[in-house]
Amino acid sequence: MRALIVDDSRAMRKIVGRILVDAGYEVLEAGDGQEALDVLNSLDGDLPDLACVDWNMPVMDGLTFITEVRKQTEWRAITLMMVTTESEQDRIVRALAAGAHEYLIKPFTGDALVEKLDLLGLTATTVGDLA
Amino acid sequence: MSIGHEAFTFVRELVRAESAIVLEPGKEYLVESRLVPLARQGGHATVDAFVADLASRRNPSAMRLVVEALTTNETSWFRDTDPFTALRQTVFPTLAKTRSNREIRVWAAACSSGQEPYSILMTAQDTPEISGWKIDMLATDLSQEMLDRARKGEYSQLEVNRGLPATTLVRHFERVGLGWRISPALAAQVQFRQLNLVRPFPPMGKFDVVFLRNVLIYFDLATKRDILRRVRQVMAPDGHLFLGAAEMTMGVDDAWERVPAGRSSVYRIREEQRTCVP
Repeated sequence: MRALIVDDSRAMRKIVGRILVDAGYEVLEAGDGQEALDVLNSLDGDLPDLACVDWNMPVMDGLTFITEVRKQTEWRAITLMMVTTESEQDRIVRALAAGAHEYLIKPFTGDALVEKLDLLGLTATTVGDLA
Repeated sequence: MSIGHEAFTFVRELVRAESAIVLEPGKEYLVESRLVPLARQGGHATVDAFVADLASRRNPSAMRLVVEALTTNETSWFRDTDPFTALRQTVFPTLAKTRSNREIRVWAAACSSGQEPYSILMTAQDTPEISGWKIDMLATDLSQEMLDRARKGEYSQLEVNRGLPATTLVRHFERVGLGWRISPALAAQVQFRQLNLVRPFPPMGKFDVVFLRNVLIYFDLATKRDILRRVRQVMAPDGHLFLGAAEMTMGVDDAWERVPAGRSSVYRIREEQRTCVP
């Protein structure tokens, strides 16, 4: 399983990365939405299963990134989860409407992130059960 | 600060007498961490001092707070996922075939701060076979404090992050200050009531579904057996019992049989036991 973490905070990328590595993921990182699109384009089809995307970032924000990813049919298999401090109801609705599959509000515990993976059918145990 | 043997023994005996929950040696850290806030509220420098004061005064309200502090547990929405999938895909559709009055009675027997009964109601709303049906939901707990929280239906950001799909959050909650409140329509469907599982149950009628998850683990074998026997008495003959993943009826009360339900399992009263509940 592979995950792309898109966040302009190196500390947050490290925190999310550690939780995902513990959950059995290989982790890729990008500091903003444009950099994340560049990463996806460079992967030559070997796409991540999951992208954890911050909302507020320089250059390209998370909502725009999610919108761009959902436009590309070849990227449809990527599960998109917004991970952000934006906690207003209308923000969550906007992110879901743009194509986010899940939404996790900062701050969160490691358990909360793993439970979201479980909801999305993306936990390591799910992979093991299917194998 | 670490709780002393004498204080731990007093709390252990108190909790055992009031709730039948057994705090094994080694649970000192749990007692310590749960009682620190109460000790501070009471102006005591240590948990030992707080417990010593409690032991000498034996104030019923204070003792009840201690029991509540030791018997409440963190909970998440749709806890463990699979039981709720089983409810939606197997249990509710099965009941839909036999309940001509279009009503299902559910008991969440240790509802804590309310996540479980609300999760059950949300699951019912997502089950097409019982669309528009009445769900008669009783939610009970030992802790009055937890029941007050559950009834209020207000949850922190951290709490709604735990296992609640974003689509469900925006559908069933509204933002209130820094937290979230369950929709009034959902809250109105739950009747909350204080109930001690180790004491005889009040008249409650028969239930089609009982959630008794992650609570039997705290009781000794005789108490588990007694609770399971009394749950049979309030269960419809073809009702469904959900236990926690680490709990089972085998060797405790064999009048129940385990039946697979998706990736989870439910317990049902054995056919031959359905008409002769003692």
